[in-house]
Amino acid sequence: MSDHEYTPKSKLGKWFNDRLPLLTLSNHLQEYPTPKNLNYWWTFGGILTFCLITQIVTGLILAMHYVASADLAFGSVEHIMRDVNYGWLMRYVHANGASMFFLAVYIHIFRSLYYGSYKSPREVIWIIGMIIYFLMMATAFMGYVLPWGQMSFWGATVITNLFSAIPFVGESVTNWLWGGYAVDNPTLTRFYSLHYLFPFLIFGLVILHIWALHVPGNNNPIGIDIKKPSKDTVPFHPYIVIKDLFALLIFLIVFAFFVFYSPNILGHADNYIEANPLVTPAHIVPEWYLLPFYAILRSIPDKLFGVIAMFAAIFVLVILPWLDTSKVRSAIFRPLYKQFYWFLVADVLILGYVGAMPAEGLYLLVARVATAYYFLHFLVILPILGAKEKTLDIPLSLTEPVLGGSPNEAMIKEKKDI
Amino acid sequence: MKNLFKSILFSIIFLFYAFSSIAAEQSNKLLDPGWSFKGFFGKFDRAQLQRGYQVYTEVCAACHSMKYLSYRNLSQPGGPEFSEQQAKIIASQFEVTDGPNSDGEMFTRPARLSDKFVGPYANDQAATAANGGAYPPDMSVLVKARKGGADYIYSVLMGYEDPPSDIILDDGVYYNKYMPGNKIKMSKPLMEGAVDYVDGTITSEEQMSKDVVAFLAWAAEPHLEARHKIGFRAMIYLFIITVLVYFSMKKLWSRIESKV
Repeated sequence: MSDHEYTPKSKLGKWFNDRLPLLTLSNHLQEYPTPKNLNYWWTFGGILTFCLITQIVTGLILAMHYVASADLAFGSVEHIMRDVNYGWLMRYVHANGASMFFLAVYIHIFRSLYYGSYKSPREVIWIIGMIIYFLMMATAFMGYVLPWGQMSFWGATVITNLFSAIPFVGESVTNWLWGGYAVDNPTLTRFYSLHYLFPFLIFGLVILHIWALHVPGNNNPIGIDIKKPSKDTVPFHPYIVIKDLFALLIFLIVFAFFVFYSPNILGHADNYIEANPLVTPAHIVPEWYLLPFYAILRSIPDKLFGVIAMFAAIFVLVILPWLDTSKVRSAIFRPLYKQFYWFLVADVLILGYVGAMPAEGLYLLVARVATAYYFLHFLVILPILGAKEKTLDIPLSLTEPVLGGSPNEAMIKEKKDI
Repeated sequence: MKNLFKSILFSIIFLFYAFSSIAAEQSNKLLDPGWSFKGFFGKFDRAQLQRGYQVYTEVCAACHSMKYLSYRNLSQPGGPEFSEQQAKIIASQFEVTDGPNSDGEMFTRPARLSDKFVGPYANDQAATAANGGAYPPDMSVLVKARKGGADYIYSVLMGYEDPPSDIILDDGVYYNKYMPGNKIKMSKPLMEGAVDYVDGTITSEEQMSKDVVAFLAWAAEPHLEARHKIGFRAMIYLFIITVLVYFSMKKLWSRIESKV
């Protein structure tokens, strides 16, 4: 990975480093050549690391006071909110932190889609990222169950019931997941156990994600391969560190606004009603970040195919590097892809919106069209674009566009006559 | 910089979207009497919370429990702030079952500050049975458990009306403008003069509703004042450090022939 051999200055450092090259690692992380034209969309990797650590630290403290029991869970959350010193702060940071985590991860994913960061040689980074995303969804879902409110209980009931759609073994699988014949105490305790485990799996995968990133190095807005280190790169420390820090602080202002001034706005009021298996809420809705998938699930009339479609929606993302066959990475040089990219963004937002609405009438129709378009984008449009799209001229190095005042949009627009 | 603004703009649009997808349609516009605890510097009005507690304990507590509150909460900072002595007296008016004692017998004693609020019924089933099959919800987090929060509870209290001629109500069911489905099993709880305020405040229906809802809002969010106070400091701190980091970043990047 390192382009030059690193030797610690002190004798002790050298002795230690020969046995465990931690200092080499630290040096690598500081010197790591990073494209200097990265924009603020690239700061979300750092922000996400911060989010994960925040969730782990606040979660650790909450776990000291939380009681995973169907009879006591709701009360123990109230105990945290009322009696534990700054318990309210820990819980609100943790609950809103989940939303902020997803906000950041969606921006991170859509940045990748725009600049083609998933393409060769970065497929493995992308796939690890998708596994992280999937585990995040599972973790968030199980975390939402823990307060044992009405939405916790009924959300868990709806989602675990999906597995009953599996032919032949569906019912057994569902009973196995529940640890009984309905969502109850055994379900809660196993969700708690897994909710505690998964963040550490995510943490491990994040290390692999970064490791895999440091092999080819960062993609960049121009999407070209750059020489490292060269005039096109800057050392990670201090240039990228301070830029990431600045972006993180802006992100924290938004985060703090939610935590301190509207901590419950992203949640659902029904979750402050203790779980009651005998009373079904009027609308069962998942947290906002799962809504697009919920919309896809409900848009298919058949339960089994709905579940398949929902998981397929994630799976097409995993195989995206092979669906998008265009050699050009950045959307800046792909005039048609750029348009379809924004259609996809709109499509996902529409899916999220209809996911929050009752599945009937116009909402259902919109959900079906949007679901169809979602798959059309990945399975049809991208392969066709890869073959047919006429891309713009790509600069040879960053120095050329950076010093020449390009890629500025105006200059590219002139060439856009396709 | 342009890119930064773009990023922020997009994030705001995204957040706005997240909000709007959660906030579903609201049929009846809720009443908002103007709460002292809303907004960046929102605080509770001590006298109002004390009056609200009086309404709760004299009217609501006949059916509604508040099992997550303790009597000590009544004297804690950020709440009604009764003196500790007052809170002790309030607690001592309730009987709790304790034990077993050294003879193995359960016994009753007056409640202490550390005891939870004593509920009107032995259990949820008893509460349901005594109220015509409708469980009177526990009021500890009621304000957070209803969409519209304090406005909604206040609206329901003020929303009792004679039913329109085409609606026929069963016995023990009442018409309420703001209740989903317009039917409620609780009779109008607050009549003018239902309580006698110690501080001489007029006991109009509006005043009592406002006071008791403020009390419930505090009960649901007892650390709201601390949250607002810490939040304000956190915001100021974040703004200052963001500006400092911004200029440090500019300075550092001025060595590189590139814009940040």
